[in-house]
Amino acid sequence: MSMRSRLAILFCLAAGAAFAAPPNLQSPHLGKPVSAEDIKRWDIDIQADGAFLPPGSGTAAQGAPLFAEKCSACHGDGGRGTDLAKRGLPAPPVLVSDRKFKPIDGSTTTIANFWPYAPPLFDYIRRAMPWNEPRTLSDNQVYALTAYILAESKVIDAKQVINAQSLPKVIMPNRNGFRPRFPDMMPR
Amino acid sequence: MKRRKSPDDTADQAASNGVLHRRALLGASAAAVVGAGLGPAATGAAAEPLIEQPWGLQIGEDTPAYQVPSKFSKNIVRTLANPKFEPRSSISRTPHHLLEGSTTPNGLHFTINHTGIPDIDPRAHRLLIHGLVKHPQVFTLDALLRYPTISMAAFMECGGNSAPLFSPTPIQADLQALHGLSSCAEWTGVKLSVLLDECGIDPKAKWFIAEGADAPHLMRSVPLQKGLDDAMIAFYQNGEPLMPGNGFPMRLVLPGFEGNLNIKFLRRIKLVPGPAMSFWESQVYTEPMPPNKNDGKSFNFTFINEVKSFITRPSPGLDLKQPGIYEISGIAYSGRGKITKVMVSADGGKSWAEAALQAPVQTKAFTRFRLPWRWSGGPAILQSRAWDDHGAYQPTRAEFVAQRGQLDSEPAVTAFRNHHFNAVTSWSVDSRGTVRHVYA
Repeated sequence: MSMRSRLAILFCLAAGAAFAAPPNLQSPHLGKPVSAEDIKRWDIDIQADGAFLPPGSGTAAQGAPLFAEKCSACHGDGGRGTDLAKRGLPAPPVLVSDRKFKPIDGSTTTIANFWPYAPPLFDYIRRAMPWNEPRTLSDNQVYALTAYILAESKVIDAKQVINAQSLPKVIMPNRNGFRPRFPDMMPR
Repeated sequence: MKRRKSPDDTADQAASNGVLHRRALLGASAAAVVGAGLGPAATGAAAEPLIEQPWGLQIGEDTPAYQVPSKFSKNIVRTLANPKFEPRSSISRTPHHLLEGSTTPNGLHFTINHTGIPDIDPRAHRLLIHGLVKHPQVFTLDALLRYPTISMAAFMECGGNSAPLFSPTPIQADLQALHGLSSCAEWTGVKLSVLLDECGIDPKAKWFIAEGADAPHLMRSVPLQKGLDDAMIAFYQNGEPLMPGNGFPMRLVLPGFEGNLNIKFLRRIKLVPGPAMSFWESQVYTEPMPPNKNDGKSFNFTFINEVKSFITRPSPGLDLKQPGIYEISGIAYSGRGKITKVMVSADGGKSWAEAALQAPVQTKAFTRFRLPWRWSGGPAILQSRAWDDHGAYQPTRAEFVAQRGQLDSEPAVTAFRNHHFNAVTSWSVDSRGTVRHVYA
């Protein structure tokens, strides 16, 4: 190889480096940019503190008929569970119960006696329910079902309107009932 | 009192009740084994006359494009917890007692799918990486397959594996029912860190949320450090595309981490400042503690599957036919690293011998251990206990229960009333050779 072509290669490498902003030149960079609008269609996560809760609202009264129509077949009347779930077997969980949490036994946990935060209830209903037709409920309907389950569980007043402002303020009784199994691995 | 020397005691005995030295496996001391009276003469009557069988006298079967096991292996299948596909989770368990080696065949890898198995067209599947990144991006499978790939063995274990052992009494079930929610495969894919690097991580990101494209859009919060460490987006399982039940066309593999965190059908990764405390991390994958432990608090974020082992042969359902030499074979693994040692006992933990580990011993993967055992025809209690290279060791059941407790009534064998049980499992062998699950 002549000195000239070697210099040419060096020049090309240098030029390439100058134009490539990302640090790793070897990385293929085959992802495509995505618009905020597109991200929004898929971005359904709600943070524990209620961040990203959408506009809309609902009440227990609005949630009751919806629950009877779309949820009770699997979760039992009023979310009180089917026979399978009441026996602690793998089944759609009991959502509403006045049972106390019993140490050791995960089958005695409910939303009211165990969940540390309320916003994830909205998150889960919206992303996964109803079991046979997920992602079909409107945000208002999800708020209404959230309100219904929390009211039936006596965590909120039956008349309370649940929305992006009120849901994060709901105090779950077991808020401080947890300790990370591996504290050193928890990001700070 | 001086122990009476049993007629079984030999130079090759490494622990009492017939546990032989692992040397006997390696060929080096074959003469000693024969010398101990275990040679051909010990097998009794002569073999039946040799004859020509029909399969040697005719044309065999046609060759299928994708081969399946022999019809004589048709009992080697997963057990299904929801065989009629009722509206609840579907769970299949690996038949460890009928398998060997350290890789789970793809068709027998355990699966848990909460709303059926999605029928994903890989050409239409997309992976979105967004949140606290400088350049949110969408990737196609074709694009990702052009990235530098790596292969690694990694076990996958449900946090609920072994949950029946929280029972106060030993549930009479086979290994598949007790420990079948654990499997191991070689995964091939791209390192998640490469993609995160391309997207540009915002320093405010501490966690990432991974989400699947299946109907429940199952998601978990994972510390970002794991994503930068050894996390992989896998496309291949034991050399072929992922099985549909294991996440086709792409899944997250977080070596050593609780199965549910290894999001299947991966479609979205979002970098976030804190965990979402989703249904899965608020209720399902938590460990309620016994009264007066842990200040009454339950554990959450139990990322690591701790060191565990169990004997696959003999095990319940694989009864011993006659006294004599058997191989004790089992599986050990640790979510922290490599298995360094497995000890085996045939007398319920009074004496132990070190098992041979099948090479290569890989980090966060199944390690097969084996040890020869001469069953005297009398009662025995078989146990295995594993150690890893982080100094962690498998607790005895008593040690485990002292820390984590046990249920006050026997649960259904399919129930998950607590998680992350990793203590020693015991199999008793009675004088008829029947193998049962016991606590010892």
